[in-house]
Amino acid sequence: MKIGQRWPEDEMYKWGSYFGLAPKIAKTWPCLRFSQYVSNFCSVDNWRNREMLDYVWLVPLFPAIGFLINGLFGYRLSKGFVGVLACTVIGLSFLTSVLIFFDLLQLPPESRSFEKIIYTWIPAGDFKTSVGFLVDPLSIIMMLTVSGVSFLIHIYSVGYMHEDEGFKRYFTYLNLFVFSMLLLVSANNFLLMFVGWEGVGLCSYLLIGFWYERKAPADAGKKAFVVNRIGDFGFLLAMMLIFVTFGTLNFHGVFGAAHHNNEVSTLVMTAITLLLFLGATGKSAQIPLYTWLPDAMEGPTPVSALIHAATMVTAGVYMVARCSVLYTLAPVSLTVVAIVGVATALFTASMALAANDIKRVLAYSTISQLGYMFLACGVGAFSAGIFHLMTHAFFKALLFLGAGSVMHAMAGELDMRKMGALKPHMPKTYWTFLIATLAIAGIFPFAGFFSKDEILWHAFEKNTILWALGACAALMTSFYMFRAVFMTFHGESRVDAEVKKHLHESPSVMTTPLIILAILSAIGGFVGIPIIKGANVFHDFLTPVTGGHVAGSVEVTLGNLAYASSSALSYGEAVQHNVGLEIFMMVVSLIIAFGGLGLAYLMYLKDPSLPRRLVEKFKLLYHLILNKWFVDEIYDFLFVNPIKRGSTVLWQFFDAKVIDGIVNGSGWCIKWTSSVLKRIQTGYVQNYALSILVGAVAIIFYFLLV
Amino acid sequence: MDLVIPKIDALSLCPELVLSITAMLVLLVTVYLPKGRKDPAAYVGLLGIFIALMSLTLLWGKPRYAFNNMIMVDNFSIFFNMVILVTAALSILMSITYLKEEGMSHGEFYALILFSAVGMMFMTAGANLITIFLGLETMSISLYVLAGFLRDSNRSNESALKYLLLGAFSSAFLLYGIAFIYGATGTTDLKGISEFLSRATYMKDPMLLAGMGLLLVGFGFKIATVPFHMWTPDVYEGAPTSVTAFMSVGVKAAVFAAFVRVFSHALWDLQPDWNQLLWILAVLTMTLGNVIAIAQTNIKRMLAYSSIAHAGYIMMGMIASNELGTSSILFYMLAYAFTNLGAFGVVILFGRKGEGNLDIEDYSGMGFKYPVLGLLMAVFLFSLAGIPPTAGFVGKFYIFSAAVKAGYIWLAIIGVMNSLVSVYYYLRVTVMMYMKDPVKDLEGLHWSPSMIVALIIAVAGTLLIGIFPSPYLDLAKQSVLHLM
Amino acid sequence: MIPLSYYLVLSAILFTIGVVGVLVRRNAIMIFMAIELMLNAVNLSFVAIGKHLDSLDGQVFVFFVMAVAAAEVAVGLAIIVNLSRNKETINVDEINIMKW
Repeated sequence: MKIGQRWPEDEMYKWGSYFGLAPKIAKTWPCLRFSQYVSNFCSVDNWRNREMLDYVWLVPLFPAIGFLINGLFGYRLSKGFVGVLACTVIGLSFLTSVLIFFDLLQLPPESRSFEKIIYTWIPAGDFKTSVGFLVDPLSIIMMLTVSGVSFLIHIYSVGYMHEDEGFKRYFTYLNLFVFSMLLLVSANNFLLMFVGWEGVGLCSYLLIGFWYERKAPADAGKKAFVVNRIGDFGFLLAMMLIFVTFGTLNFHGVFGAAHHNNEVSTLVMTAITLLLFLGATGKSAQIPLYTWLPDAMEGPTPVSALIHAATMVTAGVYMVARCSVLYTLAPVSLTVVAIVGVATALFTASMALAANDIKRVLAYSTISQLGYMFLACGVGAFSAGIFHLMTHAFFKALLFLGAGSVMHAMAGELDMRKMGALKPHMPKTYWTFLIATLAIAGIFPFAGFFSKDEILWHAFEKNTILWALGACAALMTSFYMFRAVFMTFHGESRVDAEVKKHLHESPSVMTTPLIILAILSAIGGFVGIPIIKGANVFHDFLTPVTGGHVAGSVEVTLGNLAYASSSALSYGEAVQHNVGLEIFMMVVSLIIAFGGLGLAYLMYLKDPSLPRRLVEKFKLLYHLILNKWFVDEIYDFLFVNPIKRGSTVLWQFFDAKVIDGIVNGSGWCIKWTSSVLKRIQTGYVQNYALSILVGAVAIIFYFLLV
Repeated sequence: MDLVIPKIDALSLCPELVLSITAMLVLLVTVYLPKGRKDPAAYVGLLGIFIALMSLTLLWGKPRYAFNNMIMVDNFSIFFNMVILVTAALSILMSITYLKEEGMSHGEFYALILFSAVGMMFMTAGANLITIFLGLETMSISLYVLAGFLRDSNRSNESALKYLLLGAFSSAFLLYGIAFIYGATGTTDLKGISEFLSRATYMKDPMLLAGMGLLLVGFGFKIATVPFHMWTPDVYEGAPTSVTAFMSVGVKAAVFAAFVRVFSHALWDLQPDWNQLLWILAVLTMTLGNVIAIAQTNIKRMLAYSSIAHAGYIMMGMIASNELGTSSILFYMLAYAFTNLGAFGVVILFGRKGEGNLDIEDYSGMGFKYPVLGLLMAVFLFSLAGIPPTAGFVGKFYIFSAAVKAGYIWLAIIGVMNSLVSVYYYLRVTVMMYMKDPVKDLEGLHWSPSMIVALIIAVAGTLLIGIFPSPYLDLAKQSVLHLM
Repeated sequence: MIPLSYYLVLSAILFTIGVVGVLVRRNAIMIFMAIELMLNAVNLSFVAIGKHLDSLDGQVFVFFVMAVAAAEVAVGLAIIVNLSRNKETINVDEINIMKW
């Protein structure tokens, strides 16, 4: 099958009709193909065929196979086999994604959008939904990121979970998780995407509550589930509205129609996009539905890494970027997205300032970084958002895995006040963690610098206030991340004597993924260097999907959505015009990042007596807070308390009262109603007869009177 | 008046005749079987069902009236009859070991199932209110006995009594409704009624409207619509589990078929009158069913409330009252048959003599102890909850999109909200299975070959319809095409 | 000649008596009798309407209803007898193990 050639409709239908996938699979059995690939790997001709695009369905299929084998036969298999199998299938997915990626690169940019329809899934009247996959720059980047980072996390997990009783269960869920996420990002229509969306939600529930024997994880799992249902509700309603408005759920169909059809009112478009965004806030933990994410670290640490970095939380950002066409047509929604994004970024960054639990710091930082991504989407810089998503996947996975490594060494201790001076004990963990911190703080030339800077730059172009708030959050990010590094790895050791004896570096099965991720975090940003020849490689790659719409002069054709070289050029020019300003802004970003670093350095490393001196000055206050650990208190007083007070009030109000109130309240309310209503069912047959009679009388009256 | 003997068109009734004869054969065979070893009777019954199924396919695509317009054999009735036959077959397969375990292995059980199925088939094929009434009663009387089949169990007795009293009570309403319709239109023939209504100029005849209301009561009772649903949980809980499975699917299928025929076709001209009311009933039904299901501790009772909620969803297809709506009812019924039978199958397999292992708590840790059984249950529950890629999801999707297409957006939104609520209690069982440690000894599961076959069919149906729904939807569409 | 409406009103009264009987009697057999009364009230309607319309359908329907009612009684009495054996009561107020 050649590229671009689509399945004839009736043939497609036939495939679906009879469960006749068998001959097809037999015909093109992937193993044969793979051996062919391996044998002809260097043959240029074979590359030119770009056949790999046809096999995009393999990407989600591999983890599904892993899930099925581990789930059904896992209890008979050995631990080693389960672990190897789980890693292998994800590795194969990644490999396939890479091959697809190179195939995609062979195509001219304007036709880099390929739909592979497996069969018609649900034909309902004149509207059809297929099980089909979409390969375009956006989805391939997501596939690469998801499968790549997941692969590393899988390997790490083999070491991390080795002692756990639920080893096999863990890898079964993990494979299912990755399968759902890959399905989500590779789907070619909203419905199939929703399948992945649901799957991701379910798996997060299973994995967060993995250690269900303890209460906290079980509760956290439940919370994640309930909050996500609220988001799902938005998604479902949006899907219904899309269906009513456009008559299709296929991405190309919807976006093409949205672009050409000017009759669709802005109001409808705003409603659709806001509802979609509600879904995104649920999955991606934005205000007001962010509360589940900090609790989600009750799961095993690699799961946190997976949820926070590669899967789950990025789903919302991906969805918004995927629907960039719709968002561009609804300016109000864009503004909402930007405001929610920046508010979340700032709000949760301030929460991270005070946290002493290392995973909690990271959790808040994830929400904050996700806020950045939404800010990017909100100001129309969708590709910048995706760029940050990718780099964030690298360094956040690294941070979590590093934290897991620390936990591993510290016998499960999470409190940073009981750490310190771990550097000599675990050098690999330290160096990789440091690189990730440099990256997240946005220090040149690490990955986070480029992506964060790009977002701030676009925010600046759009609105200075958004930029200022974003920059403020960046300062906090830099500060709390270095605070974490210094408290954990530097300074005096505050480790318990007992634990101290057992301090050790993690095994290489855990540190190797750390090192790979560290390399990615260090150099990953270079794909998106903004000012080489006035164009950004990453951005250009994504333009067919995201950037072009902003320009507005885009021709939408079937199979190729929205690529206009003119828009790309105009964007390039825009960059050219402002090179000077942009470089200046970069320097400002850098200064901010270093400012945070310096502040943390000053407070926690260079001069631990500084807080003491400050204490001397404020002696009275010092006595008031003497009974607590002084550095934190002073620092609380000087920097955090004003914010913290505010945020505590906010937290208590929003988090505990409103959000939790709604979440728990609605659950409780339904349960209560249920237990009351079930009393109607008295068990007396005559009461039942009475109910029938009352119903009958009511119906007859209704008919006769109405 | 001359007496005309109508043509005996035995071919049109072939499946029903085969089934009736088989039922009597089962009764005969069972006499010669030693006590406690009545399995062959079940196999005779299964054979009969198979032959009936085959003969059904012969009738496909050739719509016709038979027996002086009393019976209508069209694709619509054939589709529902297939669902009913599959339901009967799976129920029998699930019953064999179950009855032995309960010490109630009697051949009459299978005969009653078959007779009940015959009644259901007459309902779906009824072209006259008389036929529909007779089918309904044949079905119900057999079910009264089946519900009380565990003679020594107080619960089973109570279930039978409640079902009997309330069933007869509601039948009287249905009958009164038929009398009113007869009085108002002068006929009990569905085509005659519809022709009368299309000619009629004065539609607000109180007799006609009251008759329609009473018909709604009668049908609403059988499909468990709020406020006529009260019997459902008690009867479902007390009846032998395989009977519950049979009832929950078969009765719904048969009554919905008659419901659609009577309301969406014979009474089509009164559609503006009944549509709004049905809207209210559907919303009440699904909401109440789902909400009360949350507080249940017994799994049979929970599934009973869930079946109430599903009746509400299916009613959405009637409200949409377009072609898509009607075909989505058929499709939903098919999906629901496999799913619900499968879920009950797991309940039967996991259950113990008497009332053992029926609490949701008892499912704790079941997923680890019996991974395959746990996975099956999870698939069935996901399908009931409408989580992809299962049959239940596609079914819900069709029903909801039919409602949206017909302009009932609020109804669809309420439906979506309801299915979100329902996930809670379905998932609770899954959580018990996979995230709790066993509260009691889970040993002693008896895998019988017949049960394995039944579960395989159910899970294959659930997944196949979920992943490749188009041929089945095609079937459903063709079935409503020639609806007369 | 007695107009149709008289029959219908009588039938409605009988039906109502039956309904009330179902709702107020506590003895399962009495409830059952009340249901029979409802059925026969309907039968009266059928016959009267059939006569009024000069069609045989009504009369035929009545035969079917009677047959069905007989079958129902047979099954119903069997169930009630079985119940009285097990529980030694046929008071429907005492028959509520299953509720909520």
